[in-house]
Formats: sequence, structure tokens, C-alpha cells
Amino acid sequence: MQYEAVIGLEVHVQIRTESKIFARVRTGYGFEPNTLTDPVVLALPGVLPVMNKAALDAVIKAGLMLGCRIAPVCKWDRKNYFYPDSPKNYQISQYDQPICSGGSVEIELPGTARNLMGEHKRIPLTRIHLEEDVGKLNHAAGDSLIDFNRAGTPLMEIVSEPAMHTPDEAFAYLTALRTVMIYAGISDCDMEKGQLRCDANISIRPKGEQKLGTKVELKNLNSISFVRDGIGHEIKRQIALLSSGGKISQETRDYDGMTGTSQSLRSKEMAHDYRYFPDPDLMPVKVDDAWKDLLQAECPELPFEKQRRFFEQYRLPYTITSVLIPDRGLCDYFEKAVGHAGEGRAQPVGNWIVNDLLREMNVQKQSLAESRVRPEHIAELVKLIDEGTLLSNLAKDVFVEMAATGMRPAPIIDARGLKATTSVDELEQWCREAIQSNAKSLADFKAGKDSAINAFKGPVMKAAKGKANPKLVDETLRRLLAQI
Amino acid sequence: MSSEPNINIEHIATLARIALTDDEKRIFASQLGDVLAYIEKLREVDVSGVEPMAHAFPVFNVWIEDVSGPALPVEAVLRNAPASRDNMISVPKVVE
Amino acid sequence: MTPPYYFGTIAALSEALSVGKVSSLQLMREVIARTREVEPRVGAFNSFDELDALAQASASDLRRTEGRTLGLLDGIPIGLKDVIAVEGQPLTASSRMLANFVSPYDATVTRKLKAAGAICWGRLNLDEFAMGSSTENSAFKPTRNPYNLECVPGGSSGGSAAALAAGCAIATLGSDTGGSIRQPASFCNVVGLKPTYGLVSRYGLVAYASSLDQIGPMTRTLEDAAIVLGVIAGHDRNDSTSYPAQIPDYRSAMTTVRGPWRIGIPKEYFGEGLDPEVESAVQAAIAHYRTLGCEIRTVSLPHTQYGIAAYYIIATAECSSNLARFDGVRYGHRSSEARDVNELYFKSRAEGFGQEVKRRIVLGTYVLSSGYYDAYYLRAQKVRALIRNDFLAAYRDVDAILTPVAPTPAFRHGAKKDPLELYLNDIYTIGVNLAGLPAVSIPCGFTRAGLPMGLQLIGQPFREAELLAIGRAYEREHPWAERHPSL
Repeated sequence: MQYEAVIGLEVHVQIRTESKIFARVRTGYGFEPNTLTDPVVLALPGVLPVMNKAALDAVIKAGLMLGCRIAPVCKWDRKNYFYPDSPKNYQISQYDQPICSGGSVEIELPGTARNLMGEHKRIPLTRIHLEEDVGKLNHAAGDSLIDFNRAGTPLMEIVSEPAMHTPDEAFAYLTALRTVMIYAGISDCDMEKGQLRCDANISIRPKGEQKLGTKVELKNLNSISFVRDGIGHEIKRQIALLSSGGKISQETRDYDGMTGTSQSLRSKEMAHDYRYFPDPDLMPVKVDDAWKDLLQAECPELPFEKQRRFFEQYRLPYTITSVLIPDRGLCDYFEKAVGHAGEGRAQPVGNWIVNDLLREMNVQKQSLAESRVRPEHIAELVKLIDEGTLLSNLAKDVFVEMAATGMRPAPIIDARGLKATTSVDELEQWCREAIQSNAKSLADFKAGKDSAINAFKGPVMKAAKGKANPKLVDETLRRLLAQI
Repeated sequence: MSSEPNINIEHIATLARIALTDDEKRIFASQLGDVLAYIEKLREVDVSGVEPMAHAFPVFNVWIEDVSGPALPVEAVLRNAPASRDNMISVPKVVE
Repeated sequence: MTPPYYFGTIAALSEALSVGKVSSLQLMREVIARTREVEPRVGAFNSFDELDALAQASASDLRRTEGRTLGLLDGIPIGLKDVIAVEGQPLTASSRMLANFVSPYDATVTRKLKAAGAICWGRLNLDEFAMGSSTENSAFKPTRNPYNLECVPGGSSGGSAAALAAGCAIATLGSDTGGSIRQPASFCNVVGLKPTYGLVSRYGLVAYASSLDQIGPMTRTLEDAAIVLGVIAGHDRNDSTSYPAQIPDYRSAMTTVRGPWRIGIPKEYFGEGLDPEVESAVQAAIAHYRTLGCEIRTVSLPHTQYGIAAYYIIATAECSSNLARFDGVRYGHRSSEARDVNELYFKSRAEGFGQEVKRRIVLGTYVLSSGYYDAYYLRAQKVRALIRNDFLAAYRDVDAILTPVAPTPAFRHGAKKDPLELYLNDIYTIGVNLAGLPAVSIPCGFTRAGLPMGLQLIGQPFREAELLAIGRAYEREHPWAERHPSL
């Protein structure tokens, strides 16, 4: 039997704010244990939460970018369960009135080849709500140790519809979602730091069947490739189980990316009953149009919209946009460079960025901000090449020096005497000499063997010390040969 | 609301994470049965069209701007802790 | 004024302090001596820190000599119910769970009292986690009524009421979720004010039922209540439910607001179960208002009979969640028996909480549990709205509502064992919390057996000044609080 998988993802994204969602102590990763807490984070007797406006701004922005409906009024609820990483033993979350509902994420599936764009589709969202993160448990041999630094970090939970069918789609979804979040400055989405976490709900059903199968929740998919591998593994497991006459049981499984296996988790709440009720300590939130408009104005262009614009406006090939688009800063850099170079030179500018700039940054282990090559430098380089002042075979060296020194290309070319020969007289002289000293090739050429012209070029270039414009050399030789 | 409230004291105590003795279970079940029977009064009230009152005087959008203040020193965090090690709170092994 | 100063009012003592008739250190010493003398019999304190109090008193005297006095409360010892956080002091909520907990921070009211120069004095006993109305539910000891040691002082702020009545503090703070300030005030012959919900910050108050809890003053006079309220009231950014209300000078406002007023008598509050002596004392107060020219009107609060049911659903639901943090992990009692974290929860909570707390947590957990939310919590919140609407409708015709505080005067220790019977005693005080209104308990006489009684005036939201003024019109001619217990 042919089976179809149905996949829904629950993605938690830590929002990048200075302070915690309900307390005024800073957020952070990699700090000494329990140095980012205060009475509110620790849930000492008597403390009260007060919401952080920036966390609300961020989730509304995310909702606007993903086309969600923003609730005009929403509230906070308590999700009650006991766990040692949860200081209050309830989590402040949003139950029946999430701040965002609906919307979708545009994804791109892998193309048939690396240089070909894949199919685009939209994965619908169920909701996005805001909640607080919990602390971190470190399991030791005899006990468990709790660090509450992470507790209270603003967290948004983005729930997709069960609308994906392959591990590739899930991978593409997560990649696209992550790019949007990074674009908007909502989160850095570093999965290693737990800034983006993903659980998957997976079921399978016979192809053509409408009814959903029993779903299994897969947890701990803590890198993007684990998401793809884990889901793939779970689909195979379910198909094998059903094919051998077994039954899928509704459960939560823990995926171990290192071994590529999963195992059933015993329910962490002995009896799941979260006893949600509205948090009496927090007032409701009202989102009016003025607030939304303000945030809308701060929303950047969506990544795939930018890509489509780059295709049209700059005629960039997919191979360049696919490198530029995931990095908003690189796109801005590109557009700045094009601004200096002129739109007609967009493609060479793009090439210099995705090939040479990224290579140099990689070699130097630099970020874009740290790179000494400014967008106007790249623009100048492209112009000099285009005008024939710098020969492209010399340009790579110039670029390496630009990256090392932070200098503009023109002074480097001057200092190293790399300027292409532009004197027509000098060039004509070298060409005459080359023709005169090679009678055989002259005869061949005159006899109709066009490629014989190449034999003259070497001596010309040698005389020019490599600084002659090959196009010009070719033209000059042909002009002179025609006169003979 | 069932007409005969029958409290599953075992289940509720589990949710609340309180170990109750058999005596406590028996006594609580009977006392809470009385209270729940009393609470049944609410069924008489016509609440159609009534908005639930979550706050006495609701105000919207009570928040603070995103500015951080001082953290509690880690010594103060641990001073009231029953057990700690390596600046972390220690608990007996967590069984997943 | 004349000694003993420990029975003085804030108004009189601040005057005596300002003219140098007494120093704060002298006053504090007197209060300490009095406390040492009577506390073994009354049991109002969970702890007190004499050295700290004397240091605060000296600091106050120093400010005074340097002309930097901070206000009327400067140098006045004010007792705090042991659910209000004071940095560096124990915060036990009279629970075994928090027996060894020391607060690393100040509640907002504590911060405000300190800023006003008041001496934060003593940790006052209560029913564990403020759940009860007799202070018999304290994990440490019962507090006794200074007017009759065989009787309860009321609760849950029984320690705050008893300490004040016994002369162990000049004023105290209590907290009121369903009558916990007003009922003990009436049992102990002191004034107890529950402010409008949101007027006083709850930050630093160990939460029982968040949507109902309010901190308020317990004092010897309404004027003192006005003075303390003026210090502790006001918007607080650390409490999202704190209301951005204008804070008048209550003390001067209560003398400028003048009647005659229209006073409502809710017929539902004078029915079956009301002790005849209490009823006649309250009727006498009503008669007094009539002689002052006030218009006395019968009003109806038709949903009164549903108040207790709605209250015990909402309060226990919130408490079941609020008290989840007491798990033996980060602080508080931890069972030594636990082999894993789950056992640690079950055993620490079983050992750390008393019977009434467990009972309310279980009830609250039940009413929130799957499938019951709509039938219990949601319905109770709707009934709550109806109860509030009853009051608001009544206020179209009257300025304040006058009722008894409790159906009976103080009862004997151990007299009420059945939880439901005790819950039903809250009938006159609970509606006020559900509606979020301000209300004050004012002494209104003694029974033949010598037990104090109180009347309750219920005011309109954020109109405490008017409420106090109306109360003052009675108190001026019936200064029952001047009668002290013989201990």
C-alpha cells in the first residue's frame, strides 16, 4: 500500500529582547548559572508578572509578516503543570485567545538541480501565541541541577496546520520561517542556543484517504537537519509498523539525532490536565490599528518577495539570489553596491559578492560587518573592469588586497601598476612587431585560418606585461591584418 | 456541573502533587462533597449573556518597556534553596 | 497624650513625636516591653526583631533632630502580617512550608512604609496562607483574642488585629481576600479597611487569590486608617492589576467630605443566622445615622446568596495555581524522604501544607480540572459580575452600604470544625471582594459577654475618602476603640 505522511510543526522561537517577558532582568545565553534571575523569575512568594511590550511588538510583527489575523483583544492564561524547570509550576501562555491566527509560510522545495529553483508553496499556520520559556535542567549522575537563566525568556509558539507531507517540506518550512524571523530581527534563531526549537506531529494514512491517522509527537529535533532526518525516520517507522500489521499508538517520542533513533517518552505529566484559566495577575492586551500600522512600517520585505524583485529588477540568476536572499544584510550590501555601480552592472556585482566577498570573509572568518570591503569598493572594481581599466585576470588579486587592506581598488591598481594599457599607439606598435616576427602565422591567417591570430596575442601580452585589454588586442590585430 | 458531584480525590491530589493519607482522602472527599453540593446553588443563577468578570477594574495594555534592571545575586538565589551545587538548585533525579 | 503610648493613635503619637514629648526609641521600647509582656498569652507574632526595630527607631529620631522627618508615620511601629515581604526578614505565611524562608526583597507596601519612616515591626500570625477566619490554621500556633483569650481573634489577619488590640503595635497591615481584614477587626475592636481592588499594590503579598486579595490598614481610628492608606496606596508598575487612580490626602479629605449621606441597608444581609446582639448593635448604628439626617434606604443585593459559592470556586481555583510554586525545589520545605522529583513534590507539599490549605488546593484543582472549567470557574466569574452589578445598581440610590461584618462575635477556639460552616460565616464580607469594592469594619460595641462587634460600611470604587468620612460620622460619637482589653 502507498502511504502519505501528514506533518505539522510546532516551532518555538525565542524573541530577542533585552529583558524577560514578565520580569525586568536581562535575557542571555552562556552566562554563569542563575545569574539572570530575580524574585519574579524565581517565583518567590509574593511576586507578580508585568508584561514586556517588546515581546508583544515582536509577535505582532511576526504575525503581520506571515499574514496572520491579529486578535484585537487577547489575554494571558496559566498552563498548570509541575516540572522543576518551571519556577511557578505554571507557565504563562495564551490558550483560547492567541494573539495571531491563520497566515502562512511560503516555502521553496529543493530544485531538480542545485542551480535550479524549486517549487514554491504556502504552508498554512494555525496560530502563533506568546509564552514564557522555562529554565534548564542538567542531569547529573545522582541529582539534577537547575539553572533558571533561560526561565522567562519570551517565546513564541508557531503552530502549522498538518499540511506538510515530506521531510523536505518540513525542512523547507523551518528554513523559510527562520529566515523571516531573522529578517525581522525577531530572533537569531540559533538552534544550538535553543533560540529555535521544533516538535513535529506526524501521522500517516493510505494515499487518497482524507481521515488523519494516529499522530505521534516527535520531540528534541534540535537542528534543522535533525528535523528532516527525524521526520524521515518516524515516517519509515510508522509505515513499517502499519505494513507489518502493527498499530500506531498516540505517544510522544524523543528523537536522538546522533544515533538516528527515537524512543517513546513516558508522559512527563502523570495525568495531562493543564487546568488553563485566565491569569488574574495580568491585564488583557488590546491591539488597535495604529499599533499595527506602526509595526507594519517596521516589517522588512519578505525574503521570497525580495528574491522575485531581484530577478526582475536586476535580472539576477537564481544561483546568485539563492546565496544572497537568506542573508538580509548581504542583500542590502548588494543593493548598496549596485547603487554605486549602476543597475546594468548588477550581475557582476552579485558575482563578486557571492564568490569573492564570501570566500574572503570565510577565509578571514569575518562577518559582513567585519569585512573591510565596502559596497562602493566592489562597485568601483566592477566599473574599472567594465571600462577596461582593470583586466579581469588581475582583478582577483586586487580584490584579495582590497579585503586585506580595506583600500579602494583604484589606488591598489595604481600602486601596483596594474592599469590596463590604453595607449593605442603603443598597442599598435606591439601588434605590428608581433605580426612581422611571425610570417608563418601571418600566412596561415591570410590563408583563412582564423585561429592563427592567437599566435600574435602572446607576444603582445608579453610586451604589455599582461596589462593589455584582450578585446582591444584582438581588434587591433584584426585591423592591422586586414591592411596587410 | 454534575448533579451529584463525585470527586475523584486520588486523581485530583495527583494533579495537585499532594500525598494524602487514606484518612485525609476520606475526610476531604466527604467535606469537599458537602462544599460541592453547596456550590451547586450556582446552577440556579441565570447567567445567559453575562460576561465573565476576570478583573475587578480591567485596564488594557499594562506593560513596561524593554529595559533590564539588576539581577538577584546568585548567593541570594541559593540562600533559601534546600539543596544546591555549582550555583545551581539541586533536586533528586528527574525521572522522565 | 498620656502614656501608655502603646495604646496611642498614629495621629496623637506623631504629634507627640514632633513636639518631642516622646522619642521614637522610647515608643519602640514601650511597644517591645508590652509585646514581651502579653505576647505569650496572645500569640499574635510569628517573630519580631527587636534590634532591627530599635535601630529603625533611632534612625527616625536622628532624622527628626536633623529636620528630615519623613511624615506622620516616621518613627511609628507598624506590624506586618506575615504574608508581606520585608527584605531580610522571615516570610512564613504561617506555614511550615515557609518556616525558614527569608525574603530577599521588599513588598511595595513595605518599601512605601520604609520611605515614610515607619518602623516595620514584627511578623504577624495568620491562618496559613491567609486561608481561614480564626487564625487557628496557623502552622505555628493559634492567636488568641485579647478581649477573651478563650476566643479566636478572627482571621485570617488575626495576628494583625490581636497585636493592635493588645497594644503591641500602633497600626498593622493585613490582607483581605474574603473578609480577612474586616472580620478580625470586628472581633478585636479595631478599624480594618479593605481598599478598592487595585488601590494598593499586591507586589510582595504572598498570593492567595490574586483577583480578590488586597492589603489594607488595621488601626485604632479611621483617621489613622486614612493616614496609613495615604502612604500605601497608589499605582505600582510592579503590579499589573494596580489601578492608576488619583490618591487624595485621605486624612484631610475625610474631614471635608460632608453628608448627609444616603445609606443603603441590604435586606439580604439581615436574615437568618445573624446574632441578635450583633444585629441590635448594627441597628443602633443605623439609628445614629438617621439622627444625623442621613437617608436610610433599604436596598437589594439579590445575588448575595451566591457569593460564597462563587467565592470558594474563584478563590480556591486561583490558590491551587498560586500555591503550586511551593514545591520544595527552589525554597521552602523539602521532604527528606524523596527519591525522585515527583516524590519530592508529593511529600514536600504533604508535609509543608496544613489541612485547610490542602483542602482548598484540592477543591481548586478540582474545579479547574478537565471538563469542569465552564461549569465552575467560568460560571462563578459570571455570577461574580452579577454580584458586582447588584452593588453598582444599589449605588445609583445610595452613597454607601451598611451591614454587619460577621454574623457573630468572636467564637471560641475549636468551636467551628466543619469547613463549610466556617465558609458560610464569610457571607457579609465576601461580596465586597468579589465586586472589588472598598469596605471598612468599625467597632460598634460589645456583647454582654464583653466581646467586640463591628459594623461594615461598603463604599464605591476608589472613594475611600468618602467611605472614611461616613464612618467618622459614627466613630466620632462612638469611640468604642478607646476601650482596651485587660490583659
